Amino acid sequence: MSVRRQDPNLTTDSSAQSVAVRHTTEGLELDLKGEWSVTEVAETEAALAAVDVASARAISIDASGIGRLELSGAWVLRRFVQRARRAGAQVSFRGAPPDQLRLVEQTLSEPPAGAAELASPPPAAAEPGERALVAIGRYAVRSGRDMLQALAFVGRVCTTFAASLARPRRLRPVSIARHVYDTGITAMPIVALIAFLISVILAYLSAQQLLGLGADIYVVDLVTIGVLRELAVLLTAIIVAGRTGSAFAAEIGSMELNEEVAALTASAADPIELLIVPRILGLAIALPLLTVVADLIGIAGGGLLCRFLLDMPLTQYVNRVNESISATTFWVGIIKAPVFAVLIAFAGCYRGMQVRGSARALGHMVTVAVVQAIFLVILADALFAVLFMKMNI
Amino acid sequence: MAPMVEVRGLVNRFGTQVVHDGLDMQAQRDEVFGIVGGSGSGKSVLLRTILGLQRPAAGSVCIEGHDITRMSEAELRPIKAGYGVAFQQGALYSGLTVLQNVQLPMIEHLSLPADALEGLALLKIRLVGLSADAAGKYPAQLSGGMVKRAAVARALALDPRLLFLDEPTSGLDPVSAAAFDDLVLYLQQHLRLTIVMITHDLDSIFRTCNRVGVIVDKRMETDTLAAIVEHPNPWIQAYFHGERARARAGAAHGT
Repeated sequence: MSVRRQDPNLTTDSSAQSVAVRHTTEGLELDLKGEWSVTEVAETEAALAAVDVASARAISIDASGIGRLELSGAWVLRRFVQRARRAGAQVSFRGAPPDQLRLVEQTLSEPPAGAAELASPPPAAAEPGERALVAIGRYAVRSGRDMLQALAFVGRVCTTFAASLARPRRLRPVSIARHVYDTGITAMPIVALIAFLISVILAYLSAQQLLGLGADIYVVDLVTIGVLRELAVLLTAIIVAGRTGSAFAAEIGSMELNEEVAALTASAADPIELLIVPRILGLAIALPLLTVVADLIGIAGGGLLCRFLLDMPLTQYVNRVNESISATTFWVGIIKAPVFAVLIAFAGCYRGMQVRGSARALGHMVTVAVVQAIFLVILADALFAVLFMKMNI
Repeated sequence: MAPMVEVRGLVNRFGTQVVHDGLDMQAQRDEVFGIVGGSGSGKSVLLRTILGLQRPAAGSVCIEGHDITRMSEAELRPIKAGYGVAFQQGALYSGLTVLQNVQLPMIEHLSLPADALEGLALLKIRLVGLSADAAGKYPAQLSGGMVKRAAVARALALDPRLLFLDEPTSGLDPVSAAAFDDLVLYLQQHLRLTIVMITHDLDSIFRTCNRVGVIVDKRMETDTLAAIVEHPNPWIQAYFHGERARARAGAAHGT
């Protein structure tokens, strides 16, 4: 390190050291040298920390040897001077103290405007058990409040929607069309690909099991009913939740950060009517259409696999598909799509509206939106399953 | 000694649109240099070019004698650590407190113990006239004037000798703007900074700038404040002697 203890009679000469210490009869003499810039803060700090101030009655500092004393260097020096004074040493400068030190002194010694606030004692720390209880209570209250707010939001959207039904122009057909395009048309390739892969997996898995029983014709039933009733709509909804739920939350959230939502409200335009209702309606149109695409591609994928894996002629596959589906099979799947769409759009828009303040809040809310959208979709799917079982369809 | 910032023959183009065509600029050490220009005249593009955020089509940009247009990203790093920038909207990291914002450049470039980091950051925050309790706040909780000051505190984190300010007084009320001008002068005098400042604020120019460069016709006319006011270019005449400037002069004479 750059501190070297030396005999009092020896003079220091090395220019590499930032602090040279001489012991005299009165105490210590410090010669400061080199560059005291922000990049040397760690070195100069360590060098000064190594100076033993406790034993010295008087410390005399010569700062004239410093090449360039930057503000950070001056701050380090000030800390040392304070430490030495607290330890009871007399600190003096040979020559004038550097200007930068005075500037630091002046900046930090002015009474800060918020000093009173800072000085107030921190609230007494609670017992660990108590703290956990407080945390649980806080969480419960916050969750309850969040639920109420979400309910209020749903209510506001519904009343706005009902009100605009009376005047269809206020439903913003152009805006709805844009959202159908953004959330539906552009999602078609990925939805088709996923539907194809899922039907292939399903056909392959069931063929493996059913071939042993000689019941390979039932592969067609499994694929058809599985895709139409459950998988097409559920997987499409999950893709859309990731894709569009996040987009809604991010769009509305960044508008919230830019005060665009406030600007809308201030110009007497209802952000719910302008931003949220078109998104919900747009997605409610797009998701059923996407589901139809997924249905078609899924059945086609199953047919392809049956043709090549089971050597089943396509005509037989199509005939079997016709036999296996009942009147309700397709509708049981497709009826869920608008419900899922509304859930996804609500989750995305609501969390977007809750973004406040920072980019981090935006990221957090987008995450929450997607997680909740997927959760709600699966929960709703489970409820639908129970409902359809009770209805015997 | 080389000038702090020297731009020679700068050409910037976007497609067929030429923004700068042979622009020259020099900011000397220890001066406050004002950059003035109409909306769309390329002030921000010039700043981005000087900062090395954007490569020019032709010409050179020297900071303390080093031509940055030919440097790789790695070579640029120490140059970038040597200057501070306060962007127009503050560009404070919204997820960090003011204290953390100021600490971030130090953490990136230096290895310091936590107490030194905190002490140095607080010093910079106090230096720009913010109180210690502002240090713990998030940017969204600050007023416009405080955001600008916090941005300067962050720009000063690494003790730069060169400070760029992009429209520092825009969006501030006249009292806060005047206080900010005082801060600029205070910092310039006490830290011996070179300050390059883009501004539209006539009061700010007359209060703080030693020399002014005006971007007209894709080039820059540079002169001392007293001389540039008399420049024959019609845009410069309109700028310094237009309706608003007259109103300002009238108000000044009235007092």
